[in-house]
Amino acid sequence: MKALRNLLDNIKPHVQKGGKFEKFHSTFDAFETLLFVPDHTNKNGVHVRDSIDSKRTMAMVVMALVPALLFGIWNAGYQHYLAIGEAAGFWQMVGIGALKVLPIVIVSYGVGLGIEFMFAQIRGHEVQEGFLVSGMLIPLVLPVDIPLWMVAVATAFSVVIGKEVFGGTGMNIWNPALIARAFLFFAYPSKMSGDKIWIHGLSDLDGVTGATPLGEAASGHVDKFANGAFDLWHSFIGMIPGSIGETSTLAILIGAVLLIYTGIGSWKVMVSVFAGGYLMALLFNMWGANELMQVDAIHQLCLGGFAFGAVFMATDPVSASRTEAGKWIYGFLIGVFAILIRVFNPAYPEGVMLAILLMNTFAPLIDHFVVQGNIKRRLKRAKVNA
Amino acid sequence: MSEVIKLKKGLNIQLSGKADNVFGQAELPEFFAIKPADFHGVVPKMALKVGDKVKTGTVLFFDKYRPEIKFVSPVSGELHAVNRGERRKILEVVVKSDGTDAAEQFAPAKASELSKEQVVEKLQAAGLWPFIRKRPYDVIADAKETPKAFYISAFDSAPLAPDYDFVLTGQEEALQTGIDVVKRLCDNVHVGVQNGAASKVFNNLKGVTIHSFEGPHPAGNVGVQIHHTMPISKGEVVWVAQPQEIVAIGKLFAEGKYDSNRVVVVAGSEVEKKAYYRTKLGASISTLVKGNVKKDGTLRYISGNVLTGTQIDDDGYLGVYHSQVTVIPEGDYFEFMGWAAPGFGKYSVSRTFFSWMCKKKEYRLDANMHGGRRSFIMSGEYEKVMPMDILPEFLFRAILVDDIDKMEQLGIYELAEEDVALCEFVCTSKQPLQAMLRRGIDLMIKELS
Repeated sequence: MKALRNLLDNIKPHVQKGGKFEKFHSTFDAFETLLFVPDHTNKNGVHVRDSIDSKRTMAMVVMALVPALLFGIWNAGYQHYLAIGEAAGFWQMVGIGALKVLPIVIVSYGVGLGIEFMFAQIRGHEVQEGFLVSGMLIPLVLPVDIPLWMVAVATAFSVVIGKEVFGGTGMNIWNPALIARAFLFFAYPSKMSGDKIWIHGLSDLDGVTGATPLGEAASGHVDKFANGAFDLWHSFIGMIPGSIGETSTLAILIGAVLLIYTGIGSWKVMVSVFAGGYLMALLFNMWGANELMQVDAIHQLCLGGFAFGAVFMATDPVSASRTEAGKWIYGFLIGVFAILIRVFNPAYPEGVMLAILLMNTFAPLIDHFVVQGNIKRRLKRAKVNA
Repeated sequence: MSEVIKLKKGLNIQLSGKADNVFGQAELPEFFAIKPADFHGVVPKMALKVGDKVKTGTVLFFDKYRPEIKFVSPVSGELHAVNRGERRKILEVVVKSDGTDAAEQFAPAKASELSKEQVVEKLQAAGLWPFIRKRPYDVIADAKETPKAFYISAFDSAPLAPDYDFVLTGQEEALQTGIDVVKRLCDNVHVGVQNGAASKVFNNLKGVTIHSFEGPHPAGNVGVQIHHTMPISKGEVVWVAQPQEIVAIGKLFAEGKYDSNRVVVVAGSEVEKKAYYRTKLGASISTLVKGNVKKDGTLRYISGNVLTGTQIDDDGYLGVYHSQVTVIPEGDYFEFMGWAAPGFGKYSVSRTFFSWMCKKKEYRLDANMHGGRRSFIMSGEYEKVMPMDILPEFLFRAILVDDIDKMEQLGIYELAEEDVALCEFVCTSKQPLQAMLRRGIDLMIKELS
């Protein structure tokens, strides 16, 4: 450690302003602060500060994503062997899953961090940690058979257009990971929907299809829902086709517990998204005009990206509502719209993504009304006093 | 006794190094100084030259734009130095004590026989006016304004803060005299006491309204107390002072002397004998801390508490409004992978470190920032430690864009730096919120006056 510190101290003068490798200042700084929490001390204002920082926060979210990632790796293998009808052991499944999933993760991080470092250097500020989370979220909301170049393009799009143009982490309007997914969804629809992409190896096989439960339901097949491959149990555990990290509600809930317990994820948002979705699904149950409307309300919440969106996407503090009262409204409407889009628009069975992006857009408006409420209360108080 | 106001939000930082309720012995130092920067918005103009003899209560400098506001010497001796900083800004006006207690004589008086104007004049002449501050803005009160109330917080809830009940035992008479004086300025005097504490000194006060508060810091902040009992709206003014300052006012009227005696608590994890000490306003802390601190590592000396105090050297001077000296480790070290370590011994409001497993522990916190500055990322952090109906983040945003209307609407009148100090403590993005708030307040003063 001491040697490492000395090494860094030796390099430091060269990358500082006026040094030979000035261009790498932000890069050096990023690595230095990654290895060592800097010796900066408070100068004015408070003298002591909470131990938490942005790195710790982001690292916690990444930890919370690990169960979903691990399950996704296994499920990718499991679905593959299930579809091609071969028996395989646990490690075989994990092996092929890892072979498919890890490259996507690596590409996402590589491209995203590369761009982040460049922007930080050009702007002359520290590399911000936001992408540590986005870089993990992006792979988890993509289908397993997606070409790697698409991952790269989508990541680049999301970092540049979704975040950096607004000023970097903390300034973006929409969730960057969802920007990546939405970009792919609309730019390459054939690679982002249908019944061939969700399970690895299907594109080479004729006659075998593997649509997601929602895809099947949208085309009118709900026979597997009550009893069979897509029943509530399978959907909850996550042994269904779908994007890499979104299938297992169980793994996602483990992550949710971690986020809520550590105080990083807003439980208000999570609860209200689930509540909104549940109530909307219940309402549709009563109506029951098409197959998707008849899917049991609890079951609805376990399908597609609903749970993943509720726990990891909607709770992104930057793009979510920032007032406490606003969080309830924001989350509830995400739940409502997610089910609404899912049920009414067969072309987009994955309504969660659009619902969250929509509510990201309206989050400032919700906050505006909450803030106005506070201002009115204040004015009223002044009049009572007067 | 009125009803108890219970505050849920807030935070008592579990900082180690609390002082016992005992007095320690320390000599008075040779040097004393008044720091003009302690008074927001004052442009100091010297009244004396270096080398001039002074007595306790002799005017050292006054405000250039309000010459009636005078700042006086805490001891007798001679004006030793005027230390200046950038652009010749006066940082410290240093007096070398001669050890005698020669003092300027101000005639004793009975407040009840004086008019408000006469009381004001007397306080200003004796250099006690700067201790009466006003909300909004937390600046020295303007005698021309009519406050709707005078508010005194009888307890300090900040980390390791002094216990005023202990400090003021034996001073009851002077305190009551001070209150009587204050009542001439504004008849509506309120005192906020801590529920459950004995607070004998304060509960026996006559002619005041007592409010009882319960809850974690910042329950003892006068701004929080005002917010819950008589919120300040536009155009309203409340005057505030601290208990020891009321005592000094009382002594001026009873004895006709400027009383610069103060009891300060010396606390913090790095202090050997954590106790209360009798000293004087603006004293150099050298005699309090020399031989009284741990030897290892760099230390940070703070005049005031860890949230709102100012950093000083080990022979620096007590701030005018401070009755506390805190010594903590400086924390100027690199920590290998500190953000990823399990963090069993790290204090955090979030449960991201394993320290949540041992809740009751006291922590030896240092002045390390524990991370780099970022834009606002997390939301809802500040609200948890802000027991007021104020949306801190939106107020800060308004300040960042100099939006005066919004600042006003979102409650900047009710806040002083100390009220947002906890927000700054918990901030993941390490934003300098107190400095930001002061920037906003300065802008308000500039634009609205």
